[in-house]
Amino acid sequence: MKRRLLISLTSLCMTILLPHGYASGADLAYISNEKDNTLSVIDLNSFDVVNTISVGLRPRGITFSHDQKQLYICASDSDSIQVMDIASLQVISDLPSGEDPEQFALHPNGQHLYIANEDSAVVTVVDTQSREVIAQVDVGIEPEGIAVSPDGKWAVNTSETTNMLHWIDTSTFTLVDNTLVGQRPRHVEFSDDGKILWASSEIGGTVTVVDVASRKPMKIIDFKIPGVHRDRIQPVGIKLTKDGRYAFVALGPANHIAVIDRTTYEVESYLLVGRRVWHMAFAKDQQLLLTTNGVSGDVSVIDIEDLEVIKSIKVGRYPWGVAVSQK
Amino acid sequence: MRMSAYINGFRGVLLRELLRFIHQRSRLLASLVRPLLWLVVFAAGFRAALGIAIIPPYETYITYEVYIVPGLVGIIVLFNAMQSSLSMVYDREMGSMRVLLTSPLPRAYLLICKLLSGALTSLFQVFGFLLIARLFNVNPPLFGYLWVLPATLLGALMLGALGLLLSSLIRQLENFAGVMNFVVFPMFFLSSALYPLWKMREANELIYYICAANPFTHAVELIRFALYAQFNAQAFWITTITALILTGTAIISYDPGRGLLQRKR
Repeated sequence: MKRRLLISLTSLCMTILLPHGYASGADLAYISNEKDNTLSVIDLNSFDVVNTISVGLRPRGITFSHDQKQLYICASDSDSIQVMDIASLQVISDLPSGEDPEQFALHPNGQHLYIANEDSAVVTVVDTQSREVIAQVDVGIEPEGIAVSPDGKWAVNTSETTNMLHWIDTSTFTLVDNTLVGQRPRHVEFSDDGKILWASSEIGGTVTVVDVASRKPMKIIDFKIPGVHRDRIQPVGIKLTKDGRYAFVALGPANHIAVIDRTTYEVESYLLVGRRVWHMAFAKDQQLLLTTNGVSGDVSVIDIEDLEVIKSIKVGRYPWGVAVSQK
Repeated sequence: MRMSAYINGFRGVLLRELLRFIHQRSRLLASLVRPLLWLVVFAAGFRAALGIAIIPPYETYITYEVYIVPGLVGIIVLFNAMQSSLSMVYDREMGSMRVLLTSPLPRAYLLICKLLSGALTSLFQVFGFLLIARLFNVNPPLFGYLWVLPATLLGALMLGALGLLLSSLIRQLENFAGVMNFVVFPMFFLSSALYPLWKMREANELIYYICAANPFTHAVELIRFALYAQFNAQAFWITTITALILTGTAIISYDPGRGLLQRKR
């Protein structure tokens, strides 16, 4: 009895001491502010901005090295990928990137970075160790979204004007197939088992679910928010939970995140966030989802269990990318 | 006089108020339907009109439905207070007030009993409404439901005192329509119940100052913060001081020797 009481008291104290009740750990979120040329660092325990770091011009896509010791930053207007050392928070080197890098994806080998060069219609592959460009693959016009399959076999790039997904074989660095999707594809995301690829179409207002084996669309998901005009529903960012339950889609100027049930492909709910939401990242072992709201200049925090927006945190001007480190 | 006499007196007034509330089914229904109409119809139409800004106590972006709920709690309390004061005028016309006032208990005590009874009746309506509001995705934290109790009670006391004061000034039931036109509606519309004050300021600076000076605004803000388990000290003090002043004035007003009504005659 005493022991049970002690356990209850300890858990009560933990609940009081940990302000949000989520798993502890010094998790930090890094947000790229496109118009401020900075990164905002958010402490995910207090939800405060604890640091603002100057980086290259127009930072957009950001991602961590697999050991989380380095952060790669697409400095679009500096035409380079900057490498930031997380321990010192200093930019320690630049990687060659081709023109106007916007989004990139790190191959599971942790070495090859696949970069979409928006202005020059190519995908550049850079070796992060030797800091050399090892391949450039011609793709459609205005390449933007990019993802590498979990088995490392495929790099898939979206081209905004050609309206296609381009399938690049990573062993030969050649384009082997294209899949036509809705207008202005912006982002692609593989499921954890690598069997399904999700692609958002910004102007088309849809998300296409593609079977990776056949590279053919298997489902097109539409969105409808009461009181929001259809034209404002512009899907961009996609995040898939590792338990296979939800897909989250950022709907741009509709200011909502769609929550999709991945077993039925039906939209379960829409969550109100800040203005023009584009990209997202999971935090706290997928208990939280962070969204970057460009126009309102803030980051909204979603509790995934409750499907509830719990906080919006002011960051710099036009937040774009988000990456989360867990210490 | 013994303590039990005071308790008996309070019980009598409270039971009468509750009985009246329960027996008047249409009043019970109206007290829920009115705010629900605002929530379902009005708020749906104005969904996009609120604009984008995060204001305390909210931590993130909210829909208009979420914003309007504390204001609708305010209107439930406001209407209830006015109904309660209307019943005072009715009691006076029907003669049952004489029975109450001939009690040996001090008049001020009886009036405070009446105020408290009215305020407690409002709590039932407010909780009924807040539970229904959950169906419309207005889900404040659970602690909020606890904190909203004292906040609503204080707001209800302030508005009840206003109603009591008005009832002492109105001699006939027919004059009560004027109260609705000149007190209830301006008080409701010129407050933060329907729109945040910053939005009012964008439209008209003068209206903003009137809204900011309206004690109903502060009662609503006190309820709004409490519903999100936060405390708004400014709203608390303004509501408390206004409640005390109005109660004092109402007690004086009901004193046949010094009453405001007496002086008018």
